[in-house]
Amino acid sequence: MTGDLVWILVSAMLVNNFTLTLFLGLCPFFGVTSQVTTALRLGLANIFVLLLTAISAWFLNRYILPAAPFLRIISFIIVIASTVQVVEMAIKKASPVLFRALGIYLPLITTNCAILGLAIFQTNRGYGFLQGISFAIGAGLGLTLALTLMASIRVRVDRSNVPALARGMAIVLIIASSLSLAFMGFAGLGSSS
Amino acid sequence: MSAVLPEVRVAPPPIAAPPSGDPPTMDDLLRGLWAENPVLVQMLGLCPTLAVTNSVANSLAMGIATLAVLVCSSFLVSSLKRFIPTEVRIASYVLIIATFVTLADMSLEAVVPNVHKALGAFIALIVVNCMILGRAEAFASKHGPARAVLDALGMGIGFSMVLILLGAIRELLGNGTLLGVRMFSMNFEPWVIMVLPPGGFLTLGLVLLAVAYARDRRTSGAAARRAA
Repeated sequence: MTGDLVWILVSAMLVNNFTLTLFLGLCPFFGVTSQVTTALRLGLANIFVLLLTAISAWFLNRYILPAAPFLRIISFIIVIASTVQVVEMAIKKASPVLFRALGIYLPLITTNCAILGLAIFQTNRGYGFLQGISFAIGAGLGLTLALTLMASIRVRVDRSNVPALARGMAIVLIIASSLSLAFMGFAGLGSSS
Repeated sequence: MSAVLPEVRVAPPPIAAPPSGDPPTMDDLLRGLWAENPVLVQMLGLCPTLAVTNSVANSLAMGIATLAVLVCSSFLVSSLKRFIPTEVRIASYVLIIATFVTLADMSLEAVVPNVHKALGAFIALIVVNCMILGRAEAFASKHGPARAVLDALGMGIGFSMVLILLGAIRELLGNGTLLGVRMFSMNFEPWVIMVLPPGGFLTLGLVLLAVAYARDRRTSGAAARRAA
C-alpha cells in the first residue's frame, strides 16, 4: 500500500510529468518562468490548489457524481474555480507583492489544465483518497520542478546570444523540447514493477 | 457624417457608442487568422495544441470541437453580459463553457467514438483552454453578440489551422502518413520522436521560427520600400 502511494507520487512527478510529457499546465510553464523565485512560488501555489482539487474531486466522485455522471465536467470546474478564488483572495490579502508578481496568471490558475486534468485522471484511474493525495503532491512537485528548471534555464538564456528571430517563444519551446526529451529518460522507470 | 466633419474638431468628443451598438467588421473575423492568431501570436491554448497534434485526424477533431465551444460560449457570454455580476464573472464564464464542453464531449463520443478515445481527457480539458476564457473575458464580455461570434469564428479557425498544420508536420515525419495514408516509400524510417512529446514542443518552436522569419521579411521589405 505504501509502495503503491510512493509509486503514484514518483510516476506523477517524473515518469508522466504533467508539463513535459502530458502537456498540462503549459500556460504558467511558458508565462511565469522568467524568474526562478516567481516560478517556485507559482509551483507552490499549484501544489496547494492541486491538493484541494484532489480532495474535492474525491468527495464529488464518492458522494455526488454517481447520481449524475453527466455533471462531471461542470461540477469539477465549479468546485475548483471556487477553491481557486478563495486562494486568490487569501494571497491578495497576505502578500500583495506576490499577487502583483503573478499578475494575470493567478486568476488563470482556474484555467490551468493541470488542475482539471488531475481531477479527470484521478477519476479515470479510480484513485482512492490517499492515492489521490499522493497523486496531487506528485503532480504538484513535478510541475514545480518543471517550472523551476525552465526558469533557471531562461535566466541563462536571457544573457546569451540568441539569434534575433528565435528570441522569445521559439527558443523557449526548443528548450522545452530538450527538457521533455530528458524526462523521457524516466519512461523506463517502474515498467517492470 | 462627412457633412458635419469640419465642426467635429471644435465640438466636444461624441459620447462613445454603447458596445453593443458598434457594427461588426471584417477585421473581427480576420484578426484571429494571422495578426492575432491565438497560438502563434498570443500563445494561448498551448496544452491541446501540443498534446493532440500527433495526427491530422486528432487535430481536426480537436479544432472543430474547440471552434464550436468557442463560438457558442462567446455568443452566450456576450448576450448575458448585462446579467453577470463582475465579481463572479470568471466562474459564470467557466460554467457556460463547461456546459458546451459537456455537449461536445457527448456528441463526439456518439459520432466518432475512436477519435473521442484518442483525444481522451483533452476533450474535457477544452474547458480550461485559456483561449476560450481569454476571448470571453477580453472580447465577448465587452462587445455585442454579432461581433463576439465573428471574433470567436476567426479565433477558432486560426486555432484549428495551426493545429492541423502541426498535426500534418508531426504525422508526416513521425509516421510517414497523412490522415492515415502512407506518403513515402517503404524505405522511409519514421522519426518516432515527432509524435512523442518532445516532437510537439520542437515542431511548434520551428513553426514559430518560420512565422518570425516571415514577419521579419515583411517588415524589412516595407522598410526598404519606404527608404527607396
